[in-house]
Amino acid sequence: MTATRQIEFREALREAMTEEMHRDKRVFLMGEEVAEYNGAYKVSRGMLEEFGPKRVIDTPISETGFAGLGIGAAMTGLRPIIEFMSWSFSLVAADQILNNAPKMLYMSGGQFGCPIVFRGNCGAGGQLGSTHSWCVESLFSNVPGLKMVMPFDAYDAKGMLKTAIRDENPVFFLESERLLSVKGEVPEQEYLVAFQEALIRRAGDDCTIVSFGRALYFCLEAAQELAKEGIECEVIDGRTIRPLDIESIVKSVRKTNYCVVVDQSWPFASLGAEIAAQVHQYCFDDLDNHVMRVHSDDVPAPYAYNLEQEMLPNARKICQAVRSATYNA
Amino acid sequence: MTTMTTRPAALENLATKLPDETLRKWLRDMLLIRELEVRTMQAYQNKLIGGFCHIYIGQEAVAVGTIAAVKPTDPIITAYRDHGHALARGMDPKHCMAEMFGRIDGCAKGKGGSMHMFDKAHHMYGGHGIVGAQCPIALGLAFSVKYHDEVIEEKTSNGVTLCYLGDGALNQGSFHEAMNLAGVFNLPVIYICENNGYAMGTSIARGTTMAHQLTAKADAYGMASASIDGMDVVNVYNQMKPIVDDCRKNSCPAFVEIRTYRYKGHSMSDPRKYRTKEEEQQYEEQDPIEKHAAFLIKEKGFSEADHDAMVKDVRKQVRAAIKWAEASPIPDISELYTDVYADKWGPYTGTSESSMLGDPEK
Repeated sequence: MTATRQIEFREALREAMTEEMHRDKRVFLMGEEVAEYNGAYKVSRGMLEEFGPKRVIDTPISETGFAGLGIGAAMTGLRPIIEFMSWSFSLVAADQILNNAPKMLYMSGGQFGCPIVFRGNCGAGGQLGSTHSWCVESLFSNVPGLKMVMPFDAYDAKGMLKTAIRDENPVFFLESERLLSVKGEVPEQEYLVAFQEALIRRAGDDCTIVSFGRALYFCLEAAQELAKEGIECEVIDGRTIRPLDIESIVKSVRKTNYCVVVDQSWPFASLGAEIAAQVHQYCFDDLDNHVMRVHSDDVPAPYAYNLEQEMLPNARKICQAVRSATYNA
Repeated sequence: MTTMTTRPAALENLATKLPDETLRKWLRDMLLIRELEVRTMQAYQNKLIGGFCHIYIGQEAVAVGTIAAVKPTDPIITAYRDHGHALARGMDPKHCMAEMFGRIDGCAKGKGGSMHMFDKAHHMYGGHGIVGAQCPIALGLAFSVKYHDEVIEEKTSNGVTLCYLGDGALNQGSFHEAMNLAGVFNLPVIYICENNGYAMGTSIARGTTMAHQLTAKADAYGMASASIDGMDVVNVYNQMKPIVDDCRKNSCPAFVEIRTYRYKGHSMSDPRKYRTKEEEQQYEEQDPIEKHAAFLIKEKGFSEADHDAMVKDVRKQVRAAIKWAEASPIPDISELYTDVYADKWGPYTGTSESSMLGDPEK
């Protein structure tokens, strides 16, 4: 009998870490407020009690220091999970996470790998202003040597975090603060979710929408709206940004002949631009219009509620893009 | 917590208790580094070596004396002036040279170059190009030894990690974050500041506060410290050994300033206009290699003939290393896509070990 239950996204993350720490003593969790405070967002609640202070480790606010510590530990064969309270704060550790983690294997000629997971909140949290609302996916996915994951729901959060912890490479695991409390179905029994396997979140024949993480919720909302107008969208969850499952995207576009990419980071030189370029390359003869993109507006994230809402991708903007792409505008 | 102590000069001459063979090996190691560096400069001028290249001549006693004070399995990590540390740790000069020549038999298959000497078999974790970047990584090396022993093996840990940095790194945030975390976590890592007086062309007095008393940096982070004359390998060892033993025993960090001098420029392209010839000459007169040779001859029954034979032997070894490195093939173009990821996907072909690790002569 398959037992299913509903748990929060944050509980799913915790279960992944907890199971992997029981499975493998090399795995430890380190970050700001992860232990005694039970996690700034309560992701690691109870883990200190369960594993003790040698494996669930509080750090001072010192991202360069503890990110680098994790890298050194990974080089010697441990499996660190380094939590950034927010990926926005990872920028102060940029040299460590971009120069050292993803290049160590290459620079050392295969001698030292870096099996480490960096994880935390990514994207607008809700009126946090410009410095705390970073979407790092476009900026960081430019770097070869790292993998990048952006889970959509509790099921993927758990299954992909477990895969990330077991991966031999540095994995950047991008969570959304806005999804942490969202419940989803997660089986009792153990499972893993493989990387580079995109998933059709909604099937449709008229237009392909490609997105990742939280923005997918806007896409699904838009698809529902568009269905009322007779436009059936196929919503594809890319799930991993590196490696990207371009084949699944191409397969869908060859069926629908139209494509809209929704990427919450800024438009210039972005993940959305990369996917659009690849779709144009592989589906040139299949497309009945060029690929259209929906991003955050090309401005710093504002504080004011109305401005922030307008800046982010939303269902209205996605509907407009799909109508325009499919000549229904 | 660690106690704040600034060490006085070591009272005991520990080096004299070591076998003569060991003391002679130090001379040979220093000669080997210098000879390799002289030939590296020639090779660079002959365009056999590209990119940035930083020469260790003058600082040999630091790498040799400090590495002698730890176990061969204690991790070490350094910055980009790294050929000396690699050789002192035991890397065969042929793999070091082949790396600089961009050949497949280099320690990093020719993918790292002069600034990125890695040697897994000898517990050397690089060679790092960004000033100060190695300081936080060193925390992880120390943490890992401790974690492995205490959590995985459930035994007492007694490892020590050495992290080398130049005086220029004292001004980087990464150094200060690492020092603070080493103090907070009480990690057995020793930060060794090789103070050669210049961060590229900027003298330490122009760039660093408390330049006259760098141990003050350690006071701020609550760790033991020492300031050591680095132009004498026996002195370096004598002063380092008790610090290493303390850190090992008490699982705590330390900071040492080792005063030294690089005879050559910051890199191969440096005309050294920021300092005088007289200053350079003054340091060259206290040359650590000559000093140690004189000590061995005076105190340890080492003859001029022994010395000449050693110099000849080292030259022969480096000549052979260069010949070997020149004969090593350039990396196949397919190497471009290996070692990017540990696994195979898309254009990436997975990873394979450096030939150095499989070399029976290593």
